Amino acid sequence: MSFYAEMQRCNIVKLTSFLDSVGPKEIKRILAKHSLSELDYLALLSPGAEDFLEEMAWRAHRLTLQHFGRVIMLYTPLYLANHCVNSCLYCGFRTQNALARSILTPAQLEAEARVIAATGLKHILILTGESRQHSPVSYIKDCVRLLKKYFTSITIEIYPLEEAGYTELISEGVDGLTIYQEVYDEEVYAEVHPAGPKRDYRFRLDAPERACRAGIRTVNVGALLGLQHWRSEAFYAGLHASYLQQKFPSVEVSIAPPRLRPHIGGFQPREAVTDKNLVQYMLAFRLYMPRGGITLSTRERPELRDHLVKLGVTRMSAGSCTAVGGRTNGENATGQFEISDERDVAAVARMIYNLGYQPVYKDWQRI
Amino acid sequence: MVVDTLTIGGVELESRLFLGTGKFSSNKMIPQVVESSGARVVTVALRRVDLEFPEENIVNFVPKGCILMPNTSGARNATEAVRIARLARASGCGNWVKIEVISDNRYLLPDNYETIKATEELVADGFIVLPYMSPDLMVAKRLEEAGAAAVMPLGAPIGSNRGLKTKELVRILIEEISVPIIVDAGIGRPSEAAEAMEMGAAAVLVNTAIATAEDPVTMAGAFGLAVKAGRKAFLANPGAVLDYAQASSPLTGFLRDE
Repeated sequence: MSFYAEMQRCNIVKLTSFLDSVGPKEIKRILAKHSLSELDYLALLSPGAEDFLEEMAWRAHRLTLQHFGRVIMLYTPLYLANHCVNSCLYCGFRTQNALARSILTPAQLEAEARVIAATGLKHILILTGESRQHSPVSYIKDCVRLLKKYFTSITIEIYPLEEAGYTELISEGVDGLTIYQEVYDEEVYAEVHPAGPKRDYRFRLDAPERACRAGIRTVNVGALLGLQHWRSEAFYAGLHASYLQQKFPSVEVSIAPPRLRPHIGGFQPREAVTDKNLVQYMLAFRLYMPRGGITLSTRERPELRDHLVKLGVTRMSAGSCTAVGGRTNGENATGQFEISDERDVAAVARMIYNLGYQPVYKDWQRI
Repeated sequence: MVVDTLTIGGVELESRLFLGTGKFSSNKMIPQVVESSGARVVTVALRRVDLEFPEENIVNFVPKGCILMPNTSGARNATEAVRIARLARASGCGNWVKIEVISDNRYLLPDNYETIKATEELVADGFIVLPYMSPDLMVAKRLEEAGAAAVMPLGAPIGSNRGLKTKELVRILIEEISVPIIVDAGIGRPSEAAEAMEMGAAAVLVNTAIATAEDPVTMAGAFGLAVKAGRKAFLANPGAVLDYAQASSPLTGFLRDE
């Protein structure tokens, strides 16, 4: 069984006509419910729900408080390598782009780790491009071994692995997986991934399940908003999260709603995803999965991130850098995309405290 | 004079309100809430304890004089709960432990069977064990037999603030189990804490309802009063079990004269 089978139940044409048919009466009925179905979630993503955002926001705010408290967990990304054999049209690291390719040596990795550890952060997200030659699983495993000295929780955002690969990294100390399907629409997926192993839609889609079977503790999924119409993509991402939670109840499941950002190559999004759209997505997801996490990266600008703290976010990145070695040798490093919120960890922590929330630097340790 | 104390693990507790700490807006609230509520047992998740960052280390905000009770939040099975408990003790968090074994992230309902296994192992290892469980009489008996210092049945799912949805099952535990029954999770209002105490619960543990109130310090004070009121009401009940012999039989005493 795969999430793919679940997706096949949804007919994109019927989905679109349903979105257009939702009116105020349906939204009011849904907002009075305690537990929402898939169709309720879809309805809350529709244009018909846009007049109800304030009410959705209050419910989402209360639900998040109940289930997570006045707490935001902090983490930061650390790019290990940017070698990549894929040709994703929307990514700064695509193989066709002219940028300096690099990979952190152990000494460089340790230097980056020290800078990050000095901020107090204990949760790290490590990323690579897809290159089994330059950054194979063995290299990533060596990095995890080193990083364990500094961080109590390590999440990977790398190319999809077989279950054995996840088992190997989990044994070394990885406890979380972030993997975005990028776009759930299969036709658009093929268009934006013209070459490279990432063309394999099903292999990527099933990666979270393989990681869950291997024993991962947390999984973060989502779509890159802007590649396809956001409402259907948000729906599939929410469904994916719900499917994983039902199938693997012990895993902590979350979604992230990254929007396309400027990057080398300059791929333009299919449609503009507004702040209002982003908020609607987050609120609808919170009402659909009250205990699902919502991760917000520094792709979003500071003022918006500040507002979103009270609307269901449970994890935020801070002090981010999307360039390999960018924290210790940033002069010549080109990032995967342009960061919008450049505040350091201390500034983000102050912002969170000012909003009446607690920034949490540590929420897991290896046992 | 009526002697009414709660003794757990050989420690006489002044307060029957236990405090959870995971959801506050700042660790600085913890000492304020403890003072306001009178709570003397405070739980912390080991996953939050950060010995390398004293300014943010939650343990440093628990007032001296309180009993620190680490919980095994994050444990998916007995093995993980046991490991977390031992790590907590090795980190200087004492030998009390609240066992939380949860492999259901949708509702956070505890796994009773893994909880029994963890209790057996940790009691044997010298811990004062307070297991969090779904109210089930047979499971509670097994926990009691295993040496649990108390049994902590949920009132409703964690974070739900729905009150004593499991009231009848908790009542059965109070009647049948001889170790203290501490209602944990789901209590949303002081009146619900009072209700649990009136039924005869030995104590209640509250986290979400205090931490997410607009004014957590005042709410903590309200809970402190409610727990005392509920306990007084329970003791005032004609059916209350007291620590001293009650010699009078006001209704049928006349029969002795026949």
